[in-house]
Amino acid sequence: MADIRNLTLNFGPQHPAAHGVLRLVLEMDGEVIERADPHIGLLHRGTEKLAESKPFNQSIGYMDRLDYVSMMCNEHGYVLAIEKLLDITPPIRAQYIRVMFDEVTRILNHLMWLGAHGLDIGAMTMFLYCFREREDLMDCYEAVSGTRMHATYYRPGGVYRDLPETMPKYEKSALRSAAEVARLNANREGSLLDFLQDFTERFPACVDEYETLLTDNRIWKQRTVGIGVVSPDRALQLGFTGPMLRGSGIAWDLRKKQPYEVYAQMDFDIPVGVTGDCYDRYLVRVEEMRQSNRIIRQCIDWLRMNPGPVMLEDNKLMAPRRESMKGDMEALIHHFKLFTEGYCVPPGEVYAAVEHPKGEFGVYLISDGANKPYRLKVRAPGFAHLASIDEMVRGHMLADVVAVIGTQDIVFGEIDR
Amino acid sequence: MTDSTQNSALSLLAERVQEALGEHLLELIEHRGQLTAIVAAAAWVDVARRLRDLPGLRFEQMIDLCGVDYAAWGVDEWTTARASNAGFSRAVREDLQDGVRPGVVSPAERGRFAVVAQLLSVQNNQRLRIRAHLPEDFPTIATLAGVWAAADWFEREAFDLFGILFDGHPDLRRILTDYGFVGHPFRKDFPLEGHVEVRYDPEQGRVVYQPVTIDNRVLVPRVIREDNRWLIDRTGASKGNRNG
Repeated sequence: MADIRNLTLNFGPQHPAAHGVLRLVLEMDGEVIERADPHIGLLHRGTEKLAESKPFNQSIGYMDRLDYVSMMCNEHGYVLAIEKLLDITPPIRAQYIRVMFDEVTRILNHLMWLGAHGLDIGAMTMFLYCFREREDLMDCYEAVSGTRMHATYYRPGGVYRDLPETMPKYEKSALRSAAEVARLNANREGSLLDFLQDFTERFPACVDEYETLLTDNRIWKQRTVGIGVVSPDRALQLGFTGPMLRGSGIAWDLRKKQPYEVYAQMDFDIPVGVTGDCYDRYLVRVEEMRQSNRIIRQCIDWLRMNPGPVMLEDNKLMAPRRESMKGDMEALIHHFKLFTEGYCVPPGEVYAAVEHPKGEFGVYLISDGANKPYRLKVRAPGFAHLASIDEMVRGHMLADVVAVIGTQDIVFGEIDR
Repeated sequence: MTDSTQNSALSLLAERVQEALGEHLLELIEHRGQLTAIVAAAAWVDVARRLRDLPGLRFEQMIDLCGVDYAAWGVDEWTTARASNAGFSRAVREDLQDGVRPGVVSPAERGRFAVVAQLLSVQNNQRLRIRAHLPEDFPTIATLAGVWAAADWFEREAFDLFGILFDGHPDLRRILTDYGFVGHPFRKDFPLEGHVEVRYDPEQGRVVYQPVTIDNRVLVPRVIREDNRWLIDRTGASKGNRNG
């Protein structure tokens, strides 16, 4: 009989299905996984240590770069923690704007996930479809913050500025004729809210389109049904949150159970899986996109009816308006102090959590009374999910590892921090 | 949930925690609507088991666990008391301990290092934070991996970044730092710019490590201001609590 040995396979860190820089050391018996040992940290930037060396507001931009496909939700967790320590509440309009952009971000994240997950396990078209819709939402980011990804839009006490009355438009060029430009700009003539409303009207049909391609697709089901099953008890033990927990049948969503901002006023449903396999988690995330669409609609309706401030008027914490600085000495001093020193946060510790598209994104913030955080700990949902990969893939085939990595919705910006 | 129901739920939880932990509970802090229980490090696993299993508590999820280094608590780099004659020199202090302000009670008095775990009860919809302090030399605590499986990687991270040892951990390896990394980078006495840097050496034809060639520039000094006047104005009393 031939000498049979276990095989050790190095998967990544440059493998396209590793979703970034995951290095997996797989011990295999033939094509069956016996043990998976993830080596992470290749993207470790020491975000938390860097934040200790900067005034509070200067780290908001770092938060975008944690989970770089759901930028504003990361900011939200951090800003919420600062606000809790300061004991301030942003104006109601700012809360609605935040909820709206959290849901825009959720759709952005889930589209990215669906496209990449589809691509990984053989559904090429999904990637192109999902990126088509992502483009519109990226434009919303750009309209409101000036950048397509790393927005730095949420600030302690509100959001940086109110929603714009105009959308960025395409311009005529050697590559685009006037007729083409007019077609592209057709839904960009109004305000950001008009553009988003147009999007929310189109989007349910787009989700139907994705579902036509995948939900009853034989190949899709063969790759996902019964793969990576996690029981509800194990999901709790392993620290699962978000769609990973709901996929296992536990109806837990911070937006419902511990509502922050104005989620308590929103009407939406929480999808829950039954078997806890990759297919259920796919169904949960697709339904979440539809629910996010509903929430965005409710926010648009409210925001149209209720103009108002989007930032607290407290110059010890928020920079004064530029106009007032031109004539008011006190405003100028406040501006100078805020941008050279920042504000001091009273001593204490808080943990603030938001329902991030990937799960519970928590920020544990300790202040000793200084203008910089004493300690910042980011609780990344992906970290707990990836820790369970050994358990999830054990006994599965090599090809299923790719499906499990996909279903965990891993982004290394947040796992490695 | 209204504020009053939230408050009564919190005080009920505080009562239950006090009852369940008994002599293991060193202090129970309520701050900003959140509960922090400081517990004896020796009873760490016992405390965790009780919090997970007792009815009324039922913290079936450990959401997060992290290390904290309290060595530099209350240290500021720029004297604000004499701002008029010395403050604007941007005198960044080199030493840590000299900067501690008089009258500040540091949590480090219970021990320089701390392990903090955030717990969540899905069943009862409540949160609790537990903290255990560890001494400066040889900080060791028992692992929670047997209570919550999620503790595995979080403890590896705390070991990697702070050098806290978890007794009985199944696989205590470094997790975030480079292979062969020396030191524990999140300790307060570990410089922000680190000790070594890598570059490609064309002569040797490989990547080499060398001592860092950059200095840390402090652009905004760390300042602690006592006069949080805006806090006093709005609430009638200072909300600050120096003990954190």
